[in-house]
Amino acid sequence: MNAHDQDRIQHLLREALPPIQPVEPARDLWPALLKRLNARPVAALQTVPLLDWALALGLVALVAIAPATIPVLLYYL
Amino acid sequence: MRDGESSVLDRFRQGDVDAFETLFRLHQRAVYGWVLRIVRRPDAAEEVTVEAFWRIHKAHARFDPSRSFEAWARTIATHAALDWLRSHRLERDCSAQSAVEASVPVAPDPAIAAEVRQKTALAFGRLPPRLRLAALLAVVEELPHKEVAEALGISVTAVKLRVFRALRLLRRDLQQQGITP
Repeated sequence: MNAHDQDRIQHLLREALPPIQPVEPARDLWPALLKRLNARPVAALQTVPLLDWALALGLVALVAIAPATIPVLLYYL
Repeated sequence: MRDGESSVLDRFRQGDVDAFETLFRLHQRAVYGWVLRIVRRPDAAEEVTVEAFWRIHKAHARFDPSRSFEAWARTIATHAALDWLRSHRLERDCSAQSAVEASVPVAPDPAIAAEVRQKTALAFGRLPPRLRLAALLAVVEELPHKEVAEALGISVTAVKLRVFRALRLLRRDLQQQGITP
């Protein structure tokens, strides 16, 4: 892509997405933020993604079925 | 820096919520304006601004008082906005009426058909969020590369590279749709 192509695509992009005019938020955002600050933190267990739980279970199953894999797993830890 | 501001920043760093509210009141407009430029939807900008200030509060102990609070807040807000871009496709959301209402009213180039504009906006929404963000700030908003680099936490060269890659991908996408920019 040469400089001319680049200029043309930039012009097209500016036409497609005009710049945003600076405006203020329509409402006071502090109450929403305060509500979030005061919200009780989620329990640590709930923050662990399901995929991580699935991987952990798979690992436990693997160790139970084939204990010989333990040294290999320890090596990669 | 004035003593008052310095005191507020020190108290914020220690986790004082009143000091945080003072900083929020001082900077919410700037942060909201910055986020709006990225997400291009007033309702989403409000949501991301709250998220950004929540992250700022969580990171209060890591704030370096020798740095500008505004620049620090902007960097955090940029990352919050980038996360929003990752979870929302621009082609679905940015073409909404709210995005149009937020943009500067400019006379469209008569040489470019409305359909081409729409297809360009949709193709832009399909770009990877990191490239889209760099192109939004550097090309659409026409901000200096240095300012974009500071907000993204990358070098000026990296910004230029991302913009170039974004434009190249955009051109390729449009060409596949039969549009020759």
